[in-house]
Amino acid sequence: MWNYEKRLQYPVNIKETNPKLAKAIISQFGGPDGELSASMRYLSQRYAMPYREVAGILTDIGTEELAHMEIVSAIVHQLTRNLSVEEIKNCGFTDYYVDHTLGLYPVAASGPAFTATYFQSKGDPITDLHEDMAAEQKARTTYDNLIRLIKSPEVLDPIRFLREREIVHYQRFGEALRIVQDNLNSKNFYCYNPAFDK
Amino acid sequence: MSIEKEKLMKVINTVSFAINDINLYLDTHPTDQEALAQYERYKTVRQQAVKEYTANFGPLTADNVVSTGKWAWVKTPWPWETEGN
Repeated sequence: MWNYEKRLQYPVNIKETNPKLAKAIISQFGGPDGELSASMRYLSQRYAMPYREVAGILTDIGTEELAHMEIVSAIVHQLTRNLSVEEIKNCGFTDYYVDHTLGLYPVAASGPAFTATYFQSKGDPITDLHEDMAAEQKARTTYDNLIRLIKSPEVLDPIRFLREREIVHYQRFGEALRIVQDNLNSKNFYCYNPAFDK
Repeated sequence: MSIEKEKLMKVINTVSFAINDINLYLDTHPTDQEALAQYERYKTVRQQAVKEYTANFGPLTADNVVSTGKWAWVKTPWPWETEGN
């Protein structure tokens, strides 16, 4: 069960539109290392997680990723708000506009639509947590790549906040992996799946 | 957005973020007494700020709607509209 709170986790107030930049930033909505795949990854992995602390971190980070998805979507929305056909044509936004007008649709900056193959839920706590740590690093790299492209302080501000959260989440998943390893049976030298090979 | 509303929303955002970050930390450090105390402290501040915001500027959650003849949940801006922040 989830409750919706009518506010953004971090405010977004963008006055100047920039459709070209929106097409880059939308990758953190529907791209391979975006917030949608992050949320679905962690929330899906919970059911094979035998330790309550770790199921807790998956639940709470998975929930925060939904809030991040909303921040990224708000940025894209405000960067493309009220565009005229002329602006759409002049800013290289025609391809997106033809398929989605000014609506939000999860796609990668490089073109492809969102797919569940962007994440895994492997049913093995050690495997899953390694994926999660890598995912946080990949998202951080993507935000770094975006930061190099962004000039506007009103866009940079929320993007920097999101980048910082990747670092904190990486830290928490590292601790979660330690908890799983501390709980391993002492005879399980090679870290076989502690959720299946009991 | 009025100055008062903006100030109160900033308090809510700040304190909610603190709670959120402490929440994640506590998931992997459930017996850290200092973090537990911080959580309690910020929780009180947040509850008060949300109560004040709801009374003056409208509901933040659908279970806190006070309607007088019209469903108040859909009267205030959504957070992705600039004036919603």
